[in-house]
Amino acid sequence: MGARIGVLALQGDVSEHIDAFRNAARAFGSEASVMVTPVRKPDEITDLDAVAIPGGESTTISRLIEKNGLFEPLVEFEGGIFATCAGMVMMARSVDDPRIRPLGLMDYTVIRNAFGRQRESFEADVKIAGLDRPFHAVFIRAPVAEHPGNGIKIVGTLPEGIIALEQERYMALSFHPELGNDPRLHIRFLKNCGLI
Amino acid sequence: MKLEELRYGTELLKRGFASMQKGGVIMDVVNASQATVAEQSGAVAVMALERVPADIRKAGGVARMADPAIILEIMDAVSIPVMAKVRIGHVVEAQVLESLGVDMIDESEVLTPADEQFHIDKKQFSIPFVCGARDLGEALRRIQEGAAMIRTKGEAGTGNVVEAVRHMRNIIGEIRALQGRTPQEIADRARDLEAPADLLLETVKRGRLPVVNFSAGGIATPSDAALMMQMGADGVFVGSGIFLSSNPEKMAKAIVEAVNHFDDPAAIALASRGLGEAMKGIDVHTLKEGEVLQYRGR
Repeated sequence: MGARIGVLALQGDVSEHIDAFRNAARAFGSEASVMVTPVRKPDEITDLDAVAIPGGESTTISRLIEKNGLFEPLVEFEGGIFATCAGMVMMARSVDDPRIRPLGLMDYTVIRNAFGRQRESFEADVKIAGLDRPFHAVFIRAPVAEHPGNGIKIVGTLPEGIIALEQERYMALSFHPELGNDPRLHIRFLKNCGLI
Repeated sequence: MKLEELRYGTELLKRGFASMQKGGVIMDVVNASQATVAEQSGAVAVMALERVPADIRKAGGVARMADPAIILEIMDAVSIPVMAKVRIGHVVEAQVLESLGVDMIDESEVLTPADEQFHIDKKQFSIPFVCGARDLGEALRRIQEGAAMIRTKGEAGTGNVVEAVRHMRNIIGEIRALQGRTPQEIADRARDLEAPADLLLETVKRGRLPVVNFSAGGIATPSDAALMMQMGADGVFVGSGIFLSSNPEKMAKAIVEAVNHFDDPAAIALASRGLGEAMKGIDVHTLKEGEVLQYRGR
């Protein structure tokens, strides 16, 4: 039985996440053993090995998580969680916006749109701990993390704040590896979760 | 980090921004309080303008970019992305919006065109653009000019979904019809469509447009929105349909709900209950020649 990964398909760049996980599995040579599907309902999550929370509009995604009854199932989910941008906002302990109810699965706070608006969105080669060469990262109205608590591993920072964090089976990134062609972080996540 | 290592306004950033809107509803708003209602109802972004399209029709005259004061007021009021419209070909209105820092510019046929020959050279801007299209050729011409997102035009301000359906079918049907054709046949079709051949080849290979494709122009009910999603839209723009309905807040929430559950009729039924009156609407066949907005720009 291979690894089953679900991409939370409420809003945002869902198909990019699906493609990126498939490409990563192919790059690692385990294409056949990784199955990636979009998920929207609570009962679709329980049997998964990992969930991806994509980029999108965090206020919308938070609202839809509540509306679709996914809050508790995600909090209780025992598999890995790969979260980018809006996903990183959802993983936090607290957010600078009362309209968002974060899952609180990782102990950090988050500042939304920390770099500014779309005009200030950027691409850059960033240093990620554990990668031999820089990662070309795409930041779109990106958040940053602050005040990491115990057990959180900071793996990337910029002057504005923390941009990459890990905690055992969780990975939270303020940028979008799913928009590029570099599978290293996806592969690392799958390895961290023991799925490849 | 050294500043020269950062790259702004790239094609990837523009198209990436559009991707983040997928599965969402983008709502027309004319002031801060409407923007707040839209945000609280689950809009992924708002379109700031001086009048919604149905009111632009009523007002007549030349329709232009909104007053920057209105746009800035809306940008202050919400944390979701703010878009705004410029006239087709009006480079300076686009420069003004870029200087204000709006998140996306809509080069829109809803406003009175400023140039009947050329659209804006969108590659010169660091802000992404969305453009309207009625068919595949028009969509690919806009993408060639640098549009990071397409919205099918429909017929804005009518509350009548028929043209939105026609345009979505034109685009998706054409892509489907070209599946399995040889590169030579596709290049031949590109000439008929007046589309760049390389972009048409890429589109056929992917089985979809190379950028995000929303639906717009006439969506007035939750079922209208779900209809466009079932046809293959990546999301919807709702113009007059929300704030000209009798209960905008309820309508806004219901349309968001319908887009999220576009393939679940029971959920759409639930969202559609007791919404009050949708906007009145216009039968597009009664429009006079000069009143049809979709023929502006081609």
